[in-house]
Amino acid sequence: MPLFLTALIVFAIGAVWPLIGRKKWSNFVGPLAAVIGSLLAAGVGLYHLFNNSKADLILAWPFPLGSFHIGFDPLTSIFVLPVGIIGALAAIYGHTYLQATESWKKLSSSWSLYNLFVAFMLLALVARNGFLFLMAWELMSLSSFFLVLFDHEKKEVGRAGWIYFIAAHIGAAFLLAMFILLDSSGTMEFSLFSAHGQYASVIFILSLVGFGSKAGIVPLHVWLPEAHPAAPSHVSAVMSGVMIKLGIYGILRVLLFLGKPDPWWGWSLIAIGAISGILGVLYALAQHDLKRLLAYHSVENIGVILLGIGIGVLGVCSGNILMATMGLGGGLLHALNHAVFKSLLFLGAGALKYSAGTLEIDRLGGLFKRMPVTGLTFLIGSIAISALPPLNGFISEFFIYFASLSGVSTSGQPWAGVIVIASLAIIGALAAACFSKAFGIAFLGEPRSESASEAHEVSRKMLIPMILLAGFCVFMGSSGAWLLRFTLPVANQFMPIKWAPVSLDSPLTALKWITATAVVFMIFAAAIAAFRKVMISKRPVRKDVTWGCGYIAPSSKMQYTSSSFAQPIINMFRTVLRPNLSFAQSTELFPKNLSLHSHTDDLFLKHIFRPLFESFIRLAGGLRRIQTAGTHTYIMYIALTILALLVWRLW
Amino acid sequence: MRSIWPLVHIVLAIGLSPLLPGIINRTKAFFGGRHGQRLLQPYYDIFKLLRKGVVYSRTTTWIFRAGPVISLASILVALTITPIGTVRALIAFPGDVIALVYFLGLARFFIVAAALDTGSSFEGMGASREMQFTVLAELAFMLGIIAMAIMGKSFSITAIFGGAAIKELPNMATMSHVLVAAALLIVLLSENARIPFDDPDTHLELTMIHEVMVLDHGGIDLGLIQFGSALKIWIFGALFVGAIIPMNTGHAGMNLLIGLGAMLAVAIMIGIVESSMARLRLLRAPQLLVTACILSFLALIAAVGQ
Repeated sequence: MPLFLTALIVFAIGAVWPLIGRKKWSNFVGPLAAVIGSLLAAGVGLYHLFNNSKADLILAWPFPLGSFHIGFDPLTSIFVLPVGIIGALAAIYGHTYLQATESWKKLSSSWSLYNLFVAFMLLALVARNGFLFLMAWELMSLSSFFLVLFDHEKKEVGRAGWIYFIAAHIGAAFLLAMFILLDSSGTMEFSLFSAHGQYASVIFILSLVGFGSKAGIVPLHVWLPEAHPAAPSHVSAVMSGVMIKLGIYGILRVLLFLGKPDPWWGWSLIAIGAISGILGVLYALAQHDLKRLLAYHSVENIGVILLGIGIGVLGVCSGNILMATMGLGGGLLHALNHAVFKSLLFLGAGALKYSAGTLEIDRLGGLFKRMPVTGLTFLIGSIAISALPPLNGFISEFFIYFASLSGVSTSGQPWAGVIVIASLAIIGALAAACFSKAFGIAFLGEPRSESASEAHEVSRKMLIPMILLAGFCVFMGSSGAWLLRFTLPVANQFMPIKWAPVSLDSPLTALKWITATAVVFMIFAAAIAAFRKVMISKRPVRKDVTWGCGYIAPSSKMQYTSSSFAQPIINMFRTVLRPNLSFAQSTELFPKNLSLHSHTDDLFLKHIFRPLFESFIRLAGGLRRIQTAGTHTYIMYIALTILALLVWRLW
Repeated sequence: MRSIWPLVHIVLAIGLSPLLPGIINRTKAFFGGRHGQRLLQPYYDIFKLLRKGVVYSRTTTWIFRAGPVISLASILVALTITPIGTVRALIAFPGDVIALVYFLGLARFFIVAAALDTGSSFEGMGASREMQFTVLAELAFMLGIIAMAIMGKSFSITAIFGGAAIKELPNMATMSHVLVAAALLIVLLSENARIPFDDPDTHLELTMIHEVMVLDHGGIDLGLIQFGSALKIWIFGALFVGAIIPMNTGHAGMNLLIGLGAMLAVAIMIGIVESSMARLRLLRAPQLLVTACILSFLALIAAVGQ
């Protein structure tokens, strides 16, 4: 605990120093404080997770409401860990990424806010008092809002910032209502929270909306594809990799308050998970901008996490301990895994932006040769996010599959498992399609633009965080059985105490075999590669141009584009996605300028939120009529009010 | 129960799988009234390719060279998880079917990446179509397997197929086995780029799917890919056989023999399908896969209902 407080103090130094210290130092002290603070916090989280221990601390608190009550339990620890690790790695990356910034003001405020952002995320995780939690939550949202506005001169960045701001606050309003309902003692202490029978379901819905808007579940996801691309890449890595997971943490924490769950909670989590997962990946496929694509993939992965938690909750309801353990464990592990590979991919996208100057996938290409290390780490991230073995994404999805299969074959209600498996199968195949597009078009082939052909590898300081994250992907992919023990204490928190611990032999055997198949795969691959090398060594190897059916003057414009690659799948799902296609035809005899635009709008933004907020504005416009700014009108309002009060009192 | 037979199956699969395309081609030749190529022609092709030099496009990177290697390695891993008929797989564990599907996914991912590495429009087109069909094929496959898992009360593919003899199963289950088998057959045709999804004999790059993705591969790389495709037919064939004849004689060697016989029948059947119909229009193909999904779903309903 003292270490954790030290971390908070380090963050405070990191937040203040860049503002008052010498300007030369701000790009050094800022990231340094963030790295030290994050690593300290991650260390504390790891310690508590390993020892399965809890800690509690109450400090003096000058405010009238709430108390400074912080603590660690397995659920907190497993979320503190990625916040710390990603927070530190993204700071190392950001140090170089922001070096080119000319404005000193921008640079130092950005680092100050970054330190605050990570610190408040950690504080929200350890908070054991509703008031403290809401305060940390709000400050976390605010500091990330200002971080998104880094390039605030750009119009679209400003717009993205406001969408995020509004989404965050609507979510917070629901959370406030939820905490008031939960608080029966008037102290806002987590330990005194209790579920009232009839309120429990209301509280669950409030938490789903409030925390779900932060996590980015459909249809509350609309801020993600706006805010993530607008922020600097290391910030979007932290936001998408870690911050949205706090929404998941919140949902889980509230489930702990509520005690034994209702089956329909599990069903609604599964339904939301399936919808978010499938729509998220479909929208991702339709994107042309790499960062927007990644942002929609966060929606997809939140869906996968919720599928796991949902099947776990159903397991708790029906008393199927194996299903509960594997489902909740899978959801949690996927949250960890997603933090790793999504921040890796966002950092990779940042490197592309830094080096090739654009994130438009159809303007990239040929970068694997020019940026070999970024390319390799991006490839590893792509395989991991597509849930392909032998990397970490596969392990967590295997957990969830396993939970669903055990639900299907043992419980009386097999349909929940069937829905989860079917959704995961569709999501998996679509994600593989999406990332073969993202990686294949952006990194392979010939450069599609001038700037892409002049790209070069980024500096070592930017590469190291990416290499480390790629290493995590490989490591976590080969240690499934170990990771199950890791998530076990957290999953156990959700089980009723009277349950006897169940034998985990069957998942453990399965996970050990998974590791074995990964090893077998490596051996096969090495053997075949060696065989190929031997065979080819005596034969002639020639270099030539790509086969073009006899056409010998190919240009890079003749390559397949990302839009064309995704088109068949988008077309297959056109009833849900409603893609727009505009084709400018020429009436000339020998047409020269033809153009084709394809664009897929977010239907929720376009058909739900935009009309909703437009009607709000109209309503507000109606209210303007009573604000005439004439003194006599206001005097009349006062007189009328006094009259009304008098009448009310004298009645 | 450990025995030598699973290993024998792997060795036989590696040795005999190129025979399957040979049999398919001979069947097609028979129906076409031609003499056709030799039965062992796929072997000659692969051996010839192994001994040839290679031409690489200047556009490509090491991804292009790694593609065939990694995809063959993952198909081999998938093979170790595949049981044939009622003979258990070399590697069997609860949930192994997920690993099987995802290793095949890894193979596909790398073939697609290698195709995109050439920067050729044709190969991009093939890659895109391959990924499109997979979305539905994988769903049909998974739903079918869950139906089998419910009936077999297990979620290891070996135990599912190795379980009961067909006469012991109630009628509902038999029906659902047949439905799953039909779905698996459609998935087999789609995943192995056979008619009606893809015509391996077509000469027009624009209409191909699988063949166009490997246009630029040559020499040993192409040899590895062709061997991998043959193994893939074997894997799907073995799963199909497992769904249609869960027959257990009690002796593993005998079961293996039955399995091999059934594989021969599957190859001839593919040949007959290919001779008796033309390929579908590309836009129609997904509809057939949706049919497979529906068949699997019906099997699922039947399985849950029993």
